[in-house]
Amino acid sequence: MRWLALIVALLASPVWAVEPHEMLDDPALEDRARDLSAGLRCPVCQNESIDESSAQLAAELRLVVRDRLTAGDTDQQVLDYLVARYGEFVLLKPTTQGANLILWLAAPALLLIALGIGWQVIRRSPARADEGLTEAEKDALDKILRP
Amino acid sequence: MLNELAHFALILAFAVAIAQTVIPLIGAHKGWRGWMAMAQPAATSQFILVGFSFAALMWAFVTSDFSLQVVTVNSHSLKPMIYKISGTWGNHEGSMLLWLLILTLFGGCAAWFDGGLPETLRARVLAVQASVSVAFYAFILFTSNPFARLEVPPFDGQDLNPLLQDPGLAFHPPFLYLGYVGLSMSFSFAVAALIEGRVDAAWGRWVRPWTLAAWMFLTIGIALGSWWAYYELGWGGFWFWDPVENASFMPWLIAAALLHSAIVVEKREALKSWTILLAILAFGFSLLGTFIVRSGLLTSVHAFANDPERGVFILIILAFFVGGSLTLYAARAKVLASNGVFGTVSRESALVLNNILLAVSCFVVFIGTIWPLVAEMAFGRTLSVGPPFFDAAFSPFMVLLALALPLGSLLAWKRGTLTRAKKPLWGWAILAVALAGLTFAIQSGRSALGPIGVALGVWVVGGALLDLWLRGGRGGWVDRLRRIRLLPRADWGKAVAHIGVGVTTFAVAGILAWQVEDIRVADIGDSYDVDGYTFTLSDVRSLEGPNYVTTMATIDVTKQGRDVTTLFPEKRFYPVAQMPTTEAAIRNGVLRDLYVVIGEPQGNGGWAVRVYIKPFANWIWGGCILMALGALISLTDRRLRVGAGATKTRRPTVPAE
Repeated sequence: MRWLALIVALLASPVWAVEPHEMLDDPALEDRARDLSAGLRCPVCQNESIDESSAQLAAELRLVVRDRLTAGDTDQQVLDYLVARYGEFVLLKPTTQGANLILWLAAPALLLIALGIGWQVIRRSPARADEGLTEAEKDALDKILRP
Repeated sequence: MLNELAHFALILAFAVAIAQTVIPLIGAHKGWRGWMAMAQPAATSQFILVGFSFAALMWAFVTSDFSLQVVTVNSHSLKPMIYKISGTWGNHEGSMLLWLLILTLFGGCAAWFDGGLPETLRARVLAVQASVSVAFYAFILFTSNPFARLEVPPFDGQDLNPLLQDPGLAFHPPFLYLGYVGLSMSFSFAVAALIEGRVDAAWGRWVRPWTLAAWMFLTIGIALGSWWAYYELGWGGFWFWDPVENASFMPWLIAAALLHSAIVVEKREALKSWTILLAILAFGFSLLGTFIVRSGLLTSVHAFANDPERGVFILIILAFFVGGSLTLYAARAKVLASNGVFGTVSRESALVLNNILLAVSCFVVFIGTIWPLVAEMAFGRTLSVGPPFFDAAFSPFMVLLALALPLGSLLAWKRGTLTRAKKPLWGWAILAVALAGLTFAIQSGRSALGPIGVALGVWVVGGALLDLWLRGGRGGWVDRLRRIRLLPRADWGKAVAHIGVGVTTFAVAGILAWQVEDIRVADIGDSYDVDGYTFTLSDVRSLEGPNYVTTMATIDVTKQGRDVTTLFPEKRFYPVAQMPTTEAAIRNGVLRDLYVVIGEPQGNGGWAVRVYIKPFANWIWGGCILMALGALISLTDRRLRVGAGATKTRRPTVPAE
């Protein structure tokens, strides 16, 4: 069985999400690091944050985040630092600058518009008495549903 | 030989589908009964032909026929039998064939169980359904033929992606496809009604069971996928807002809106053209989902077919069906005048609000999913839209929906009063807020997410129970319970599904707010406490599985000296696919899951071990099961059952709401 263990050790060494040795001793700082890295995208992965990715680069970025934090950076400074190097691609939560406003505001705007239209349609419906189905329609329905 | 026959059957089915698209449409237009009547045998033969073709492909996988290219690329002779079978649809070509099989199955069902559809409507529905299949036959035959042979068959295959070798994932695609494709029936009914120029209560009644069934399958499919992610990907996440997940979530949201608005059409003959639009959109999002997955345009962990030619083909299909049907809609929607009138405060208005919230939340998912593409093409910005965006932008709509749900479902049809609906709910509202306050006090200083989840869960579940109780009418307990028992299945379905919504809402908030994580290096023999449990790493061994090798740890869990369980997390390696996977060990519990993952050996002889305590994890999928069960119960309602009118057993019934 030793060769098995060897194969496993040699081939199956994905560096996985947050390794124990990466973690900071200060729990408050470590919490901040986790929160930050959950919002940062691993640049070489497909839609994974660096917090959950097992890629080598993600591991390095996790260390960078922790280094910056221990150096006394604020959360925003850490983000700025990474954006300056990797572009806004790394931010899983898009900024609210420029065209991104469309992204953030489109849905609330649509909700207001939809509510407005819905309200109009409901209000406008005439107060005429509701006839329900006409006799002819009722007969047709009965015929169809009770063959 | 069998494979060539299967390929030929597929071509033949293609021809039949073309005939089924054209002839019944002309027949319905001219009033020629013979031409209309050909739709039914044609639908049946399509199903038989595709069924044969699919069975042949499955046989090729079962017998490991490596002369077929798909089998070589996606299978291996050592793979366990169940994954050989599920391997049939675990690849692009096979999954498209499964899609077609389900499409023709639904077409066949529409032909076999027509429930007294008028002749012309049936002919048109089947013709539209066949036109969808034509597009997908062409797609399979011209871009992704599953029966392509290899000139020199290899000795063995290249194996299925090990992540996909899992029971949860084996049945995830069929359910999703049943959902996606089920919506094609709603679409066919909508387009047929537009051609016919007529939507009435009966139409609403015919389209509802298909939508319900599709929604039920989508619910199961999405829940299976999420459950798989939870136990397989190794950190217990259950939803990632991945483009491919969103692709299945968008039709789910629209289908949920559709099945509510179809009730209004059926009961009140209102919202007709809106319902038609929803039916078109629901299938449009299904096609969009297929496009996203198949083209790999929005790359994600799921995309296993990354082929631009195929992507363009599906884009054309999407543009044709959505564009065509929307054009038809624009031209014909005017004839669909609604004659049901309702007051501002009524069940109808509440369902309009439900539809608006669901449609807008679907739009949030949509814009978030395509925004990176738009931003890159239109503004030259490369950016990401990830979970933090969706959490922030999507959740408020769900909160609004959950808040409005119990109120809306208690409102009377046509003209209700808010005060009357509100009165019985006060008790629940107070209870919900009180429990939330209590939770907040107990959890001391953590996020507000947990208490909000508690309040919404109690509110929604309570509202659903109260709804049932009030439907029991007046009188003593016994009378009420008897009447509640005799309520139409649709009422029961509604209550069960709404309870499911409450449970899932609560569970999602609960797991996000209260999960505990511990990551550390443990030597063999080490013991440590996490959240009241004591974990002991007692052993790590190397073992050999059928087509993988594994490193398995033994971790004993005790609580205050009592044995709780022993967990065996694994780290597997699949040599053929050259891929490692983590197999978390999970002890499921009602109130919490214990979730343990073994990691890398450390330099000093220890092992990295991650422990998670995940509260209410199973409630997430429990709620989904309740939602699907609610849909199933509704489906068995007498009025939706095919030919139900024929049997005249009179029971003291209450009209369904």
